[in-house]
Amino acid sequence: MSDTSPGPDEVRHVARLARVAISEEEAEQFAGQFADILGYFETLDEVPEVERDTDLVNVMREDEIRDSLEQEDALANAPESEDGYFKGPNVS
Amino acid sequence: MSGNGTIFITEETIEGEADGPLAGKSVAVKDNISTEGIRTTCGSAMLEEYVPPYDATVVTKLKGAGATIVGKANMDEFGMGTTTETSAFGATENPVAEGRVPGGSSGGSAAAVAAGDADLALGTDTGGSIRCPAAFCGVVGIKPTYGLVSRYGLVAYANSLEQIGPIAHSVEEAAELLDVIAGPDEHDATTREEGADANYANATDGDVDGLDIGVPTELVEGADEGVVEQFWAALDDLESQGATVHEVSLPSVEHAVEAYYVIAMSEASSNLARYDGVRYGHSGGYDGNWNEVFSEAREEAFGDEVKRRILLGTYALSAGYHDKYYKKAQDARAWVKQDFDSAFEDVDVLASPTMPTPPFELGESLDDPLQMYLADANTVPVNLANLPAISVPAGETDGLPVGVQFIGPKFGEKQVIRTGSALE
Repeated sequence: MSDTSPGPDEVRHVARLARVAISEEEAEQFAGQFADILGYFETLDEVPEVERDTDLVNVMREDEIRDSLEQEDALANAPESEDGYFKGPNVS
Repeated sequence: MSGNGTIFITEETIEGEADGPLAGKSVAVKDNISTEGIRTTCGSAMLEEYVPPYDATVVTKLKGAGATIVGKANMDEFGMGTTTETSAFGATENPVAEGRVPGGSSGGSAAAVAAGDADLALGTDTGGSIRCPAAFCGVVGIKPTYGLVSRYGLVAYANSLEQIGPIAHSVEEAAELLDVIAGPDEHDATTREEGADANYANATDGDVDGLDIGVPTELVEGADEGVVEQFWAALDDLESQGATVHEVSLPSVEHAVEAYYVIAMSEASSNLARYDGVRYGHSGGYDGNWNEVFSEAREEAFGDEVKRRILLGTYALSAGYHDKYYKKAQDARAWVKQDFDSAFEDVDVLASPTMPTPPFELGESLDDPLQMYLADANTVPVNLANLPAISVPAGETDGLPVGVQFIGPKFGEKQVIRTGSALE
């Protein structure tokens, strides 16, 4: 069990941040499961400080024009489109 | 649908374009790998109607090699699972163990090969998702080194961990498929040159004379007795062929499962933010404010395991918890890499049981996510360290398949393939 694991209210808050609506039941169920899972994650506190290798390199390519999807193909999976644009819900 | 629950989500034949090395071979493709004009669902209601407008690089290569794609194989939703029970299209049953899971998340791919519905299959492995179902279904699966195979066209779950790889009846067939899909790709900047002109099939000569095999004690201790018995029998077989076996210690792997899940969930929470039901995917047809419409569509179309991981990932990355979970997980990942590097100074390959248990019964693990996560203890260290590994069959315990895993150093595919082939 985790000392800091979220209760149902905090689970709902995280769900709002993640843009996933959840029911009351799910909030309760997830809160219980998160206590176990986050408690287990807390054993990461036993990991020593590790010097990380910096073997990361940037991969660059020439900035040249390439073919891309046709507009029709790009819109083909959209539930709604209009005049060559994606059509979404109101932003308010 | 075939006799063993849902093996394929979509059965559709795509003929190869040429007379290549895979001519006459049928291949099942996991349903998170894009196929032009054929729907690709990721086992999710979110993408039930999604039809990709382009092929993944591996699919282009399959077609070029003359393979016939016979269907899109069932999988845990977005690759999140160890059993192939979380698919929105129903569970897959293990074709060689009635009433049991095929393993996950590439369970449909492994089941297709085991049931004889395809000669070969492509799966994806983020934390063991090729090796686990290969072990549970009694077939061969290879998780390539990160960067060996292009991920272009793979629907992302956890980009820094996942690789596409082959599943087949024999090590040689798996190696032949790997030869086709390996190599650099201008569409994926994480690919490397090492796979160009690869000939892994040549390495299936079974020659393990003089090979040093290390057994990490930490990866054997928790396993079932019957699994451990088969594992040691496999190593005895290799010793009789001239290999030397000695125990090694990898203390970091004790923290690999936590690190893996924190990193995978964090990457998942970011990757799955793209499903807003506007450009593609389930929209729900709601009207009103963007955020509410977005949230409702995602509530409807994501399953429990996907929601759980998005929420936990969002939590682990949120202000105040980032250092506690994500940063610590990255430390653990670096530690795992260093541990493997030092082990490979003394041995050629490492060996462990692929899964600590035989296949679970259908429904057995669904209610306790933490228990399911713990089953991945032997496979996730490989993904954290970006290494190659193979799972090959190693007999049975109580009539259920057991798999043994060989892990190699970075781009050491030939070593693990050679070792695996010595057991056939």
